[in-house]
Amino acid sequence: MVEVTLWGSLGAAAGGQSKLDIEAKDIRELFRKLAEQYPALEPLIDRGIAVAIDGTIYRDTWSKELPEGAEIFLLPRLAGG
Amino acid sequence: MAGVAVSTTINGDHVEYLCQPDETLLEVLRDRLGLTGAKEGCGTGDCGACSVIVDNRLVCSCLVLGAEAEGRQIETIEGMAHGDQLHPLQQKFLEHAALQCGICTPGFLIAAKDLLAKNPSPTEEEIRFGLAGNLCRCTGYDKIVRAVQDAANVMKGA
Amino acid sequence: MNFDPRYSNRSFSSVGTRPIRPDGVDKVTGRARYGADFNMAGQLVGRILRSPHAHAVIKKIDTSKAEKLAGVKAVITAKDLPDLTDGDAAMYDILDNCMARKKALYDGHAVAAVAAIDARTARQALKLIEVDYEVLPHVTDVDEAMKHHAPLINDAIFTEGLEEKPVKPSNVTKRTQYGHGDVHQGFAQADFVVERSFKTEQTHQGYIEPHACVASVNPDGTAELWVCTQGHFVYRQHCAQLLGMEASKLRVTSSEIGGGFGGKTHVWAEPVALALSRKAGRPVKLVMTREEVFRASGPTSATSIDVKIGAKKDGTITAAEATLRYSCGPYAGMWAEIGAMTAFACYKLENVKTVGYEVLVNRPKTAAYRAPSAPMAAFAVESAVDELAKEIGMDPVDFRIKNAAQEGTRASYGPVYGPIGIGPTLEAVKNHPHMKAPLGLNQGRGMACGFWFNFGGQTCTDLNIGMDGSVSLAVGTVDVGGSRASLSLVAAEELGIDYSHVKAIVADTSSLGYNDMTDGSRGTFSSSMATISAARNAIKVLRERAAQMWDIGVDDVAWEKGHAVAKGEKHGNLGKLSLKEIAAASGKTGGPIAGHSELVADGAGVSFATHICDIEVDPETGSTRVLRYTVVQDAGKAVHPTYVEGQYQGGAAQGIGWALNEEYIYGKDGRLQNPGFLDYRIPVCSDLPMIDTQILEIPNPNHPYGVRGVGETSIVPPLAAIANAVSNAVGVRMSHIPMSPPRILAALEAEREG
Repeated sequence: MVEVTLWGSLGAAAGGQSKLDIEAKDIRELFRKLAEQYPALEPLIDRGIAVAIDGTIYRDTWSKELPEGAEIFLLPRLAGG
Repeated sequence: MAGVAVSTTINGDHVEYLCQPDETLLEVLRDRLGLTGAKEGCGTGDCGACSVIVDNRLVCSCLVLGAEAEGRQIETIEGMAHGDQLHPLQQKFLEHAALQCGICTPGFLIAAKDLLAKNPSPTEEEIRFGLAGNLCRCTGYDKIVRAVQDAANVMKGA
Repeated sequence: MNFDPRYSNRSFSSVGTRPIRPDGVDKVTGRARYGADFNMAGQLVGRILRSPHAHAVIKKIDTSKAEKLAGVKAVITAKDLPDLTDGDAAMYDILDNCMARKKALYDGHAVAAVAAIDARTARQALKLIEVDYEVLPHVTDVDEAMKHHAPLINDAIFTEGLEEKPVKPSNVTKRTQYGHGDVHQGFAQADFVVERSFKTEQTHQGYIEPHACVASVNPDGTAELWVCTQGHFVYRQHCAQLLGMEASKLRVTSSEIGGGFGGKTHVWAEPVALALSRKAGRPVKLVMTREEVFRASGPTSATSIDVKIGAKKDGTITAAEATLRYSCGPYAGMWAEIGAMTAFACYKLENVKTVGYEVLVNRPKTAAYRAPSAPMAAFAVESAVDELAKEIGMDPVDFRIKNAAQEGTRASYGPVYGPIGIGPTLEAVKNHPHMKAPLGLNQGRGMACGFWFNFGGQTCTDLNIGMDGSVSLAVGTVDVGGSRASLSLVAAEELGIDYSHVKAIVADTSSLGYNDMTDGSRGTFSSSMATISAARNAIKVLRERAAQMWDIGVDDVAWEKGHAVAKGEKHGNLGKLSLKEIAAASGKTGGPIAGHSELVADGAGVSFATHICDIEVDPETGSTRVLRYTVVQDAGKAVHPTYVEGQYQGGAAQGIGWALNEEYIYGKDGRLQNPGFLDYRIPVCSDLPMIDTQILEIPNPNHPYGVRGVGETSIVPPLAAIANAVSNAVGVRMSHIPMSPPRILAALEAEREG
C-alpha cells in the first residue's frame, strides 16, 4: 500500500481528493488503478506526469517500483531551459 | 544592380570578387568567400561577433561594405593560426575554457588580438573595456579575461 | 539493461580533471559550423513577414504580387501549413505561433513567408505581400490583462482550476495552488510579518546566435533539416507532425549551437522553412535577424508577485504565502505554476501556500529561460526574507540557515526532500571571506538562495570501439556548453582509458534513438548516465572477447584500468589484455565491439545555490556597479569542474543583466521598442567583475558518480541577491526588476520625500 498525493488539478479530477491509498507495486499499476477508480485522471496521466517517490522526482516509467509505505507525489511535468 | 569588382587581401592572400553595392563585408566573407568564421549576431554593430581587422583597425564587418575592402588588408579568424600552430590567444581560450557555445569566440579572439597588438600589457580593466564591444552570453566573461591575461603574458615572453 | 544507477563512492582518474574540449579547436579557428554556416546546392533564402500589430484579425492576405516578382520561388501563408494537430491543443498553439492563422497575436507574429533566389529579392517580395488587418485592442501588461475590461486574447479560454466553473472567457488560462498547513494559523503565531508586492519585466535569453536552419524537402517526401536547437529529436517530432510527415523521413542534424538557455527548445521558423522548401522544391535557408529574435522568439514571463512571510522573534518562519501572476504571451503555459512550485522550495515551512495565475498578453510566446520562472519567484521571496530578517534583527544568513530545508523536510511543492544542498551552501557562504570583506560608502552586500528541480529524461548513447582501440561516443543530447568534454571524461573513466582516446559527437536523428532535449540541466546528468551504461555494456563484450582470446570462461575475466584481467590462480600466467589488443583482434572474435544504451535517466536530484554580491550605487544618478560576486552551488560531482564553473558564472551574469538592465519595453501601440542589442543591453565585459565560484559536491544518490545538473540554478539567486545588496547600500527596498538607474533614482526620491 502506498499513499499517493495528487497536486491541484489532478485532485480535482479525482473528485476533489488530494490523498489516496493505493495498492500498487509499480508506476504502471498505480496509473492503471488510478484510471480505473477515477476515469477523469486518464487523459492527464496520458499527457505525462512526474512521480515523486520519497522526494525524488521520476518520470512515468511504468516499471519503476514503489517501495512499500513510500510517499508518492504526483506532479505536473515541467518545462526547463 | 550591377556588381562592384573588388580586389583585396584577406589573411595574406590576394582575393577578387564581385559584390552588390549594398552588400556588407560580412555577407561577402560568409556568402561569397565561404569564410563563415565571422558570425552575424545582430547586423547592427552591437555584438562584435563579426569582428575582423581591416588595415590594423578592429571593425564590425557587418558595418563595412564589401566594396570598401578594395585595396585593404583584411584579417579574419581563419587566418589567425599559422598552419597547425594556434595563436597563443586561441590556445589560452582553449586552456581556460573561455568559450561555452563558442559563437562569440572568433569575434573575441580578433578583438583580443587587436587589443594586445596595441597594448601588450593590459590591466584587467583595460581588457574589460577593450573587449566591451563583444557580447558573450555564456561565460560571464571571467574566463575570457583570464585567457587574455595569460596569453598576454605568454606573448610578452615570446 | 539491468543498469544500476545508484551512487557508489569511488575514486576517479578522469572525472574531475579539466582537459580541453573535443570541439574546442574548431571553435577557436572559426571552423565550427553553426546554424547559419551551412549551405546546400540550389539553396533559396527564406524570409518571414511579421505582423506590425499587437493584436489584429487577419482579414485577407494577397500574395499575388510577391509571387510574380522575378526570383521568388514560393510564398506561403497559414494555408500552406494546414492544421494536422488533431485536437492536440499544445501542438495547435505551436502551429499558430509559427504562422498566424486567424489573428496576429503580438507584434512580430509571422503571417506569411517567401523563398527567393537571394536575400534582396526575398525582402522585396515581403513588401509586395498585402495583408488586410482589422486592428483590435491589445494588452501587454500582466496585471492589466487580468482586469475584467481587458481586451480578450482568446475568447475560447475559460480559467481552469477555479472552484466554480467560470461563465465568461478570460485572459487567465489557469489557477494553480501549492502548499501545506494552514497559513492563517501560521500568521497568527507570527511576531513579525512582511508583506510586499513585486514586479519583474520580461527578458530574453539573449543567445548571440539567431535562430537559423536549412530545410530541404525532396519530391519523394523525405527531408533534411540542419538547425541550431537544444533538441533535434523534439524538433523532428514537432516538424514532422506539423507537416504531416513520418518522423523517420525527416533527418534533423543539430548544428553547433550558439547559445539557447531554453530559447531553442521550441520550434519557431523551422516548420516554415520546411513548408517553403516543400512548395519551392528546393532547399531553403532561413535565418532570423536579431530584431526577429527579440520580437518573435523566446522571452521569459513578465511577473507580478505578492509575498507575505511571518516569523517568530526567534527567527522561525511560521507561515509563507505568495500569489504569482506570470505572462505567457498569447498561448497557455505553466509558467506561474512553476513559480508557485519553486518560490519557497528553499525553506522548511509548516504553513505555506502559493497560488499561480497564467496570464495571456499580446507579447511573444513565453519560452523557457534557464530555470524558467524560478528567478522571479526567488526575487520576491528572498527580498521579503531579507526584510523579515532585518525586522527581527537577525543576520540574513543565520535567518536562512535556521529556516533552511533539509533531508526530510516537506518541500513547499509537495514531496519530502532526500539529501539536499541548501544548508551546506548557506554554511559555505557564512564562512566565505567575501562575507567579511569591508565595504565603502554607498556600497552594500546582499545574498540570496535559489532552487531548481533539474530533469532527467529519455536518453540514448552509442559507444563504438575502433579497430585501433580508440572510442567514438555518439550522444543525442545537444552540447550547449562543453558536455562533449564531460561525456568523453565519463567514457574514459568507465573504460579505464585516457581521455585523449575518446571522441564524442552529437549524432543526428537518423543515427541514434530518440533523446529528449538538452533542457532542465539534464545534458551531462542524463547522457553521462547513458554513457556509463553503454560503457559497461561494451566492457561486457570486451570481457567476452578477451575470454575468447585466452580460451577461458568469461566469468574468469575482470575489467580493471582499461585491461581485461584473468582472475584466479589457474590463469595466473595469462597477464593482461589491453582494450587496444582486444580491439585489434575483434575481426576474428566476433566483429565490431560496441556498447549501447537506451534509458530514462531519472532522479536528477534538486539543486540549490546561494550567491553573495557587493553593489555600489551612485545616489546622484541611480547607476549601479557590481563590485564582487560569489556563487556557491552544489554540483553533486563536477565532471569537468571548469565547465561547471562556467555554468555558475554564466548564469550569474545573465541574472545580473536581468536584475539591473534588461527589459522588454512596449509602446502604447503594443510594439516592442527595443528589439536590438543597443537598446536591450546585456552585460558587457566592462560591466562585470570576476565571478568567484565555489563548487560543493553532495553526491546525488541516483547517479553512479553522484552527478547533479548544474546549468540552471545559477540564474535563480542573482535578482534577489542584487536587490538585497542595493537595499543595503542605499536603504531602499527595490520591488521592481530591472533596477535600472531611473527606477533606483525614483525609489531614492520617494524615500527622501518620505
